[in-house]
Amino acid sequence: MSSAVLGLELAYWQSTLIRVLAGLVAVLLLTGGVVYLYLFKFVSFMQSRLGPMEAGPYGSLQLLAEVGKWLQKEDIHTEDSDRLVFGLAPAVVLSSTFLMFVVIPAGPDLVIANLGTGIYYVLAVSALSVLGILMAGWASANKYALMGALRAGGQLIAYELPMVLAVLGVVIMAGSLNLQDIVAAQAGGEIFGFSGIGNPYILTQFVAFAVFMIAVQAELTQTPFDMPIAESELVAGYQVEYSGIRFLVYFISEFATAVAFAAVASTLFLGGWALPTSWGLSDGVMNVVGPLLVATKAVLLVGVVFWVRFSFPRFREDQLQRLAWKVLIPIALANILVTAVFKVAF
Amino acid sequence: MTGLLAAAETTFDVPGNVAFAVLAVLMVVAAIRVVTTRNIVHAALWLVVVLGGNAVVYLILQAEFLALTQLLVYIGAIIVLFLFGIMLTRAPLGKSGDLDNNQRWIGAAVGVLLLLVIGYAVTRTWGSDRLDFAAYDLPQVSDVAGSTVEIGGSGNGRTQALANEIFGSYLIPFEVVSVLLTGALIGAIVLARRD
Repeated sequence: MSSAVLGLELAYWQSTLIRVLAGLVAVLLLTGGVVYLYLFKFVSFMQSRLGPMEAGPYGSLQLLAEVGKWLQKEDIHTEDSDRLVFGLAPAVVLSSTFLMFVVIPAGPDLVIANLGTGIYYVLAVSALSVLGILMAGWASANKYALMGALRAGGQLIAYELPMVLAVLGVVIMAGSLNLQDIVAAQAGGEIFGFSGIGNPYILTQFVAFAVFMIAVQAELTQTPFDMPIAESELVAGYQVEYSGIRFLVYFISEFATAVAFAAVASTLFLGGWALPTSWGLSDGVMNVVGPLLVATKAVLLVGVVFWVRFSFPRFREDQLQRLAWKVLIPIALANILVTAVFKVAF
Repeated sequence: MTGLLAAAETTFDVPGNVAFAVLAVLMVVAAIRVVTTRNIVHAALWLVVVLGGNAVVYLILQAEFLALTQLLVYIGAIIVLFLFGIMLTRAPLGKSGDLDNNQRWIGAAVGVLLLLVIGYAVTRTWGSDRLDFAAYDLPQVSDVAGSTVEIGGSGNGRTQALANEIFGSYLIPFEVVSVLLTGALIGAIVLARRD
């Protein structure tokens, strides 16, 4: 089994190594960029302040300074904590995050693994982070942490359902679970016979897009859905006993998951890496332009998530569950029904 | 390349079998730890290893969709529900002494019986049949330049075959199971809410 990268014939392990390393670099760069752009600068400007300005030009190296600080901190755990589970929990959360990037395509050939069940795989591995959060909350031997973990468990399970159901609308439209197929279906699609801009599903599946983004906001536990780590009630929820490098892992996975879900949303709804087929660009061109396109779309969508995060106050716990079960899930189910009817009728 | 092609023609899949052996040992050890550990949360976490190993076994058998369903349903939902329930009621850290009972021999007998029944059913149904992995192998690389997307044209073959079986040959059992699960759900709500 061999595959060609840039015209070179490489063994399976070589191309896999290149794909994984390139993916890792891209993910960490995007995550760092998003942290700087939104967490440091965007929110500062919204609050009429400058944000970090000292480390590097316009504070652009602030994140590296922060990472250096975290790496030097003492690795603390509470005396009663279950040390093995306590240590494993951040690893479970981080691997759940990184596994999501495996199937997200950035060009005709630029994907780590082009799985037939692409989007289903993303939903399955993203669901594993709940396990890490529950482990963290329990092993911390802290009542606040346990409360935070229980809230996170209830919230993540509740919002997984509208997310899966919203994705189904897109899957019905594209007729495939494979993310490359979904991208191709959008690039080659047409809206009422007009194929000039393809068929980005944000136009024809806007209900699914809205439900998906709300569910993403909740899955990321960003405000207004940040009850699991509500600082005014639970100190920091399941993260309260973590410090140093373990906290850094939670920090990275929080923002990397935001990038991952935004990349998935841009692939599902904004056309992904592709430009409309009617523009007639070759695969070689798209292998260069594609990553830039999908990264730009993903960063913009992360911007929407953070815009909402910094603009709205927190829900109450009971309001949270009501929104998922009584509003989002019925809307998503109705969307599936309507989409299926249209798919069969036209 | 030629070596791999030759290997593909034989039905004995060496890497798959090695991976299965490693996994099987891991899963058996984890399964024993589920029932011998002195901490109930640890038992649930060892069960994660067993169920995750199960998902990888499905992957080795090239049942991608089933493997992901295993992850999503068993680890992402059922184990989380277990942990949720344990942590809501009591989840002591450290060892607790009251996790054992005197039903070991009954449990062992049920286990052996289950093994015999399933083993008999599997050998009776398939006997010396070999799994034909090549049957559903469709091209893995999608044709992005094409303006239309052919369903099942990009590695969706096995998933599609599974869907055809469930919504074709096995539609009625599938619907009956759905009704059964809905019934259980409503029953649980009725039992929990007596107001």
